[in-house]
Amino acid sequence: MARAKVYVTLKAGILDPQGKAVKGGLEALGFSEVEDVRVGKYIELRVADGSEENLKARIDEMCQRLLANPVIEDFLSEIVQEASSEEDSDPSKFRRKLDLDHKINRK
Amino acid sequence: MQEPPITPELVARHGLTEEEYDRILKALGREPTFTELGIFSASWNEHCSYKSSKPVLKLFPTSGEDILIEAGEENAGVVDIGDGLVVCFKVESHNHPSAVEPFQGAATGVGGILRDIFTMGARPIALLDSLRFGPLTEPRNRYLLHGVVSGISFYGNCMGVPTVGGEVYFDEAYQGNPLVNVLCVGIARRKEIVRARASGTGNPVYYVGSATGRDGLGGASFASRELTEESERDRPAVQVGDPFTEKLLLEACLELFKTGHVVAIQDMGAAGLTCSTAEMAARGGCGIEIDVEKVPRREPGMIPYEVLLSESQERMLLVIQRGREEAVETILRRWDLHAVAIGRVTDDGLVRVKDCGRVVAEIPARALVDEAPVYVREEREPPYLRETRNLDLRCLEEPQDYQGILIRLLSSPTLASKQWVFRQYDHMVRTNTVVLPGSDAGVVRIKGTDKALALTIDGNGRYSYLDPYEGGKIAVAEAARNLVCSGARPLAITNCLNFGNPEKPEIFWQFRRCVEGMAEACRRFNTPVTGGNVSFYNEGPEGAVYPTPVVGMVGLIEELGRMAPITAWFKNEGDLIILLGETQEALGGSEYLKEIHGRVAGLPPQLDLEREASLQQACLEAIRAGIIHSAHDCSEGGLAIALAECCICGPGHGRGAHIDLFAPEIRTDALLFGESPSRIVLSLEAQHLPQLKGIAEGRGIPLSLLGQVGGDHFSLEMSASGLYIHLPISELKGIWSGAIERCLRI
Amino acid sequence: MKFGVIVFPGSNCDHDCYHVIRHVMGMPVEFVWHKETHLSGFDCLILPGGFSYGDYLRTGAIARFSPVMRAVEDFAEAGGPVLGICNGFQILLEAGLLPGAMLRNRSLSFICQDVYLCLENPHIPFTLLGHSSQVLRMPIAHGEGNYYADPQTLAELEANGQVVFRYCTAEGEKTDGANPNGSLHHIAGICNREGNVLGIMPHPERCCEGILGNEDGKLIFESILLTR
Repeated sequence: MARAKVYVTLKAGILDPQGKAVKGGLEALGFSEVEDVRVGKYIELRVADGSEENLKARIDEMCQRLLANPVIEDFLSEIVQEASSEEDSDPSKFRRKLDLDHKINRK
Repeated sequence: MQEPPITPELVARHGLTEEEYDRILKALGREPTFTELGIFSASWNEHCSYKSSKPVLKLFPTSGEDILIEAGEENAGVVDIGDGLVVCFKVESHNHPSAVEPFQGAATGVGGILRDIFTMGARPIALLDSLRFGPLTEPRNRYLLHGVVSGISFYGNCMGVPTVGGEVYFDEAYQGNPLVNVLCVGIARRKEIVRARASGTGNPVYYVGSATGRDGLGGASFASRELTEESERDRPAVQVGDPFTEKLLLEACLELFKTGHVVAIQDMGAAGLTCSTAEMAARGGCGIEIDVEKVPRREPGMIPYEVLLSESQERMLLVIQRGREEAVETILRRWDLHAVAIGRVTDDGLVRVKDCGRVVAEIPARALVDEAPVYVREEREPPYLRETRNLDLRCLEEPQDYQGILIRLLSSPTLASKQWVFRQYDHMVRTNTVVLPGSDAGVVRIKGTDKALALTIDGNGRYSYLDPYEGGKIAVAEAARNLVCSGARPLAITNCLNFGNPEKPEIFWQFRRCVEGMAEACRRFNTPVTGGNVSFYNEGPEGAVYPTPVVGMVGLIEELGRMAPITAWFKNEGDLIILLGETQEALGGSEYLKEIHGRVAGLPPQLDLEREASLQQACLEAIRAGIIHSAHDCSEGGLAIALAECCICGPGHGRGAHIDLFAPEIRTDALLFGESPSRIVLSLEAQHLPQLKGIAEGRGIPLSLLGQVGGDHFSLEMSASGLYIHLPISELKGIWSGAIERCLRI
Repeated sequence: MKFGVIVFPGSNCDHDCYHVIRHVMGMPVEFVWHKETHLSGFDCLILPGGFSYGDYLRTGAIARFSPVMRAVEDFAEAGGPVLGICNGFQILLEAGLLPGAMLRNRSLSFICQDVYLCLENPHIPFTLLGHSSQVLRMPIAHGEGNYYADPQTLAELEANGQVVFRYCTAEGEKTDGANPNGSLHHIAGICNREGNVLGIMPHPERCCEGILGNEDGKLIFESILLTR
């Protein structure tokens, strides 16, 4: 079993009123160091195993055809291979694991 | 999972008293299982069982010649409007969930009331909202307003049901405990009304809609507790709404009902699967057996207790004719809806729940519904009334700058235009909205007939705080007046009664007095109560909210083709401006007293029901005679505000007016801003004045000529006292219509 | 002239369009379920407003893959008139039948109110009865009507006269204040190069009867009837 993480964001240069509002909110809370905010979408997919290369191509195709609108949005995807299956159906555990992955990646 | 043993602590944690637990032992003849304890707790809490309010609610008149189904018999009462059509309508509160998570709280409130209406076989045709928040000077209240309005907008708009009216008040009394009351109105063919009573032993019971998750676990118990700091941390108890699934459910259900295969249907609302199963069985005098393992689930590892008590949204329980399973499933599949047969109707009067063949609960349905405990609560007149009653107007200094005060009042959020709110609701979808939000009542035509419904939702908590009996009367009278101003005949009401903790004698006294006042007014206006909702435990850290009775009223306009509905705003240059009714020195409980003098005191305006009824009859008669161009109820803010609204509340740039007031026996501030009830501002052509005078005299209603529509200024003079207000309409309109947005921009 | 109103799961202006065609225009009309794969006997198709698939992911993004959309494309390619209103417009954009995309309103909130529109192209089947620079009043009701296209696409739209409606003031001035959602070039409605596919954010079907206080929307439906 593999997980794909897809990030969809508005293309650079396209006005993001939501980002602007969030930036305003952060400023009001005193986070004046924030220079720009872009709000996007994060999509998690669970997919049947396949070769990493093939999987990557399929995910990109999903993004191009449905998950993102190429007129206004960019996307980024990454694939995480998972060994165990017992936590497969519990999204909260999955999310916790992703957070862990992020931390590991950063290290 | 090992089920915990039943201990006194566990019983207490379920919000059940010792006496209630004894009652459970008696009903079962044995100790309950953990699952059963949960079921009793959910069914017997205040929100589901009305255990405190039931005896008092009996005071309401519930029958009338147009009433087909009375309050309490089904999810909502049903009113006949002729042409083979019926109206069903109901208001529901979602105060506590909205206090914790305003967006989802308000959204799921809309979803819940819509389901109550379409499960009756009626297509929802309109929504109205009654909202209360603390002052907008607090960031938290701005956040709540934003969240609640976008939640209502998100759900109602997606469902394609127009929001055609409503009201919003701001007051410190709602700090920490906002009120979110939603009214839904539906229309059905008389013969297509669907019941919520199970019948026919062996008929299958279907579960339709979203899968069950752990959301809202114990939500109904949550609504029956005072809001505390910990409620903030109760976020998981708030459900998430899915209006798209609900839209599919709506269309699929209405299609299913036409087949005649559906015996009964019930929404899994508060307390979920438990309440709906027990209620359907108890109403039908039969039993229902379900297999809990067949219930579709969103999360793994859920135990029967959780499945039965979950408040996941957008789920329905259907009893269908045996042998029609295939036909029903085909329609549901067409709408991409998940449907599972989870049980069947039995003849033993028991709600039986099995899990993998093992019985986990077996309770007489009547024990959960009809035999729920009922309390006669202690009551006592609250001591604060002794102080508030004694308002000596002589101590109140009369202001100098009346123009400044008019501006301050028009820009106070409670009196200001609610355009910022309404603009976020689709109020035109279904192309029936003949009068858009902003007039005294929303008006919705009924396609295929010459009829229209006028709809309003009203309630002034401050009046009820100062005198719950009068407050209750006024709420009903004002709702009726709003409908009459649109040219409609009031038919019936639904209500939402928002109060504090009923276990406190002072709160319960407010509740009973308020219901008594409402009931008396309902009898006088011949508008029975078709149902509603009681929301207790509305207490924030600062104490209880104002006792707030919210009245939703439906009126009928019979000949739309002959006579378009009347709106509040002035139409034509040169029309005369007339006040129907009498102005008394009524400053108690007024917006003026609160905003300008910072006082919540006095007695609310005293309403004479006979006089009010005559006034409404006179107004309706004049409108039907076709001589009236505009009619506006004179209420919060008094005469000066009502006149200003007539100039600026319409579409376009507005109309000027020149007004000359003469009333030497009344203090100027009371004349301008006092809130005497039973008054309506009309405009009409000069040539029709004699006819109007005749109508008013016939009903014994005083009439005074206030001035004339015209020009581009709001000019108000009092020759006697030398008062002169003179403001450009454009400036007045700007102040009034932009006020809420300015408050939000802080 | 026979109309088809496509019904997607979550469409909610389908009945309104049906009502106008049938009871105001007196023309035959049928609902077409989104799972249909063949369309025959229709002279005009309408993609109505609403929240197809709950507007989840992006407005129109999932509806555009409904089986019926293949047939809609064929119908449009053969020159049949296709009108997308509000969510219908968003679906046409996602399907690539019209260029560009919709962003959230710049106010970030849903807006339901009357707006004024300037008719920029009175030469397509939907606007034949109008005249250049004519001002119409119509209601909008959307959360994502902020039209976006890259500069090159915008230039092409302008050059080909594909901008059919622009937001304006009651007097016909195209100002930023009259633009309710932040749309580029104040665009309220565009058509394809051939002029037979029109997408508009305002709702003409909501203003076709005197009892509703506005009949400006009739111009669009009456124009289509002229083409037969």
